[in-house]
Amino acid sequence: MEVKNLTCIGCPMGCPLEVTMENGEVLSVTGNTCPRGAAYARKEVTNPTRIVTSTVRVVGSTTGAVAVSCKTASDIPKGKIFACVKDIAGVSVEAPVHIGDVVKADVAGTGVDMIATKEVM
Amino acid sequence: MKNYDIVIVGGGPAGLAAANAAYDAGARSILILERDKELGGILNQCIHNGFGLHTFKEELTGPEYAHRFAEKVYKKQIEYKLSTMVMNISPEKVVTAMNREDGLFDIQAKAIVLAMGCRERSRGALNIPGYRPAGIYSAGTAQRLVNIEGFMPGREVVILGSGDIGLIMARRMTLEGAKVKVVAELMPYSGGLKRNIVQCLNDFDIPLKLSHTVVDIEGKERVTGVTIAEVDSHNKPISGTEEHYDCDTLLLSCGLIPENELSRDMGVELNRVTNGPTVNESLETSIPGVFAAGNVLHVHDLVDFVSEEAAAAGRSAAAYVAGGPADGARNDIPVAVEGGPRYTVPCTIDPAKVGDELVVRFRVGGVMKNRFVNVYLDGDRVIHRKRPVMAPGEMEEVKLKRAMFEAHPDLSSICIKVEEA
Ligand SMILES: Cc1cc2nc3c(=O)[nH]c(=O)nc-3n(C[C@H](O)[C@H](O)[C@H](O)COP(=O)(O)OP(=O)(O)OC[C@H]3O[C@@H](n4cnc5c(N)ncnc54)[C@H](O)[C@@H]3O)c2cc1C
Ligand code: SF4
Repeated sequence: MEVKNLTCIGCPMGCPLEVTMENGEVLSVTGNTCPRGAAYARKEVTNPTRIVTSTVRVVGSTTGAVAVSCKTASDIPKGKIFACVKDIAGVSVEAPVHIGDVVKADVAGTGVDMIATKEVM
Repeated sequence: MKNYDIVIVGGGPAGLAAANAAYDAGARSILILERDKELGGILNQCIHNGFGLHTFKEELTGPEYAHRFAEKVYKKQIEYKLSTMVMNISPEKVVTAMNREDGLFDIQAKAIVLAMGCRERSRGALNIPGYRPAGIYSAGTAQRLVNIEGFMPGREVVILGSGDIGLIMARRMTLEGAKVKVVAELMPYSGGLKRNIVQCLNDFDIPLKLSHTVVDIEGKERVTGVTIAEVDSHNKPISGTEEHYDCDTLLLSCGLIPENELSRDMGVELNRVTNGPTVNESLETSIPGVFAAGNVLHVHDLVDFVSEEAAAAGRSAAAYVAGGPADGARNDIPVAVEGGPRYTVPCTIDPAKVGDELVVRFRVGGVMKNRFVNVYLDGDRVIHRKRPVMAPGEMEEVKLKRAMFEAHPDLSSICIKVEEA
């Protein structure tokens, strides 16, 4: 048996959660005040994911912008965060850029695209 | 001199929401003045996600949230001027501004919405005598450098203060290849959101040291290291607890204060707790026809509430312009507080001026568990709401309905009390 301690991020209560696991299976979650805490704990110990946000270079902007902000179009596994940032390190896109434009397809082999979050003229 | 019905100072989320709402309420002669070269305010540099959950039921990044509101301003063809700094506002509502094309110019407004946002507490927060080498930045400045200018201010970083901007920057700089060695927080708790502590510090094994402060900064030209120490209950460093960190950068994330130089100079009355204007139920300041909303009024954590509040200010401004100067017969009842709230926005309420619903926002002074937020009109309890936990970092609100006021025709007192369960 293995015990993991987490803090629930569901609301400002910030309940301290204790997850008991065996062979990768969640046996129990305690410390949560509401069901959201248990759901969060299960996901966090079995398949933690994050949205990654960053910037890439932009060239040819008429307003003088040098960077455009971007994000993964959906969550990616937490363990891929660094690979994802590394994969876009050399990327540069040409203005104009629109919100939702793909700046790097299938980032770090996650199957998820990195998309622009800002309009750059 | 040019004339506009409504001049909005600041084109951040507050200014944009005020402009849209004023337009929807019938105003057409509206001008937004923004000193930056784009609309959107601080959101342009907040590239992380977590905006708009309340309004759009999805998590947007800062620039995406700003764009949704800016787009409406473009569609309605509301006028705006960028790279335009407002220098002065007279009590007679003459706005003096400056930009490259027009130079210094005056505009006569009928109503004004103050939406200048806030700025970071300065280095004065750092109570250390002596030399200030290069490499010390406010967290917000660092955020702007990295996210907008594409420039990394340093490689080895110590952060003082665990406000949200500091936490967000700890993650951002780590992802950009820097080593964030420690976040030191003077208070025994963090002022940042739990979510940011987990996703910005814990995810990257960055230590958070509560009840710690910076006691020494080394380096002549550029920071070469800092020493932090634990503090006692009077915030005095405890000798023997010093720890040294080599670093080239120190970020300060010590809180925000509303930017009210313009308001003060024009004679608007300011609240000592919030550093923002005192306002009535219409979000009108002590000068009739001058309204305020967003971070210039009180510092918000969630932009959704900035937009909501600013829309109310925009509607008030439109109503003021349409109705001409008020007849002066106001019945301002102060909102009293007891048991926790440090302030309320609005500070006074004229029951006759309340629409269908009036949102009153406040913050408490410390962490409180198992309380009730109760609202009393002349001693009658009209709202009774359980709050399992309240913290200074989270804004609270109560919604007062017009019917509650109608049931108390000769109202003389309004009180918000936080009481034990
Ligand atoms: C770093 C950071 C992270 C945040 N993270 C989140 C988050 O994750 N989720 C969330 O919901 N909220 C978040 N917030 C809060 C939210 O972004 C702010 O509450 C909101 O942007 C405030 O809007 P505002 O319009 O009042 O101020 P601002 O966005 O600051 O806009 C004020 C505008 O006024 C302009 N201005 C000021 N003075 C003048 C002048 N004299 N003349 C002309 N123009 C002037 C400024 O240039 C600026 O554009 C964050 C805030 C910060 C600072
Ligand atoms: S378990 Fe429920 S009450 Fe506790 S922090 Fe999570 S969401 Fe909030």
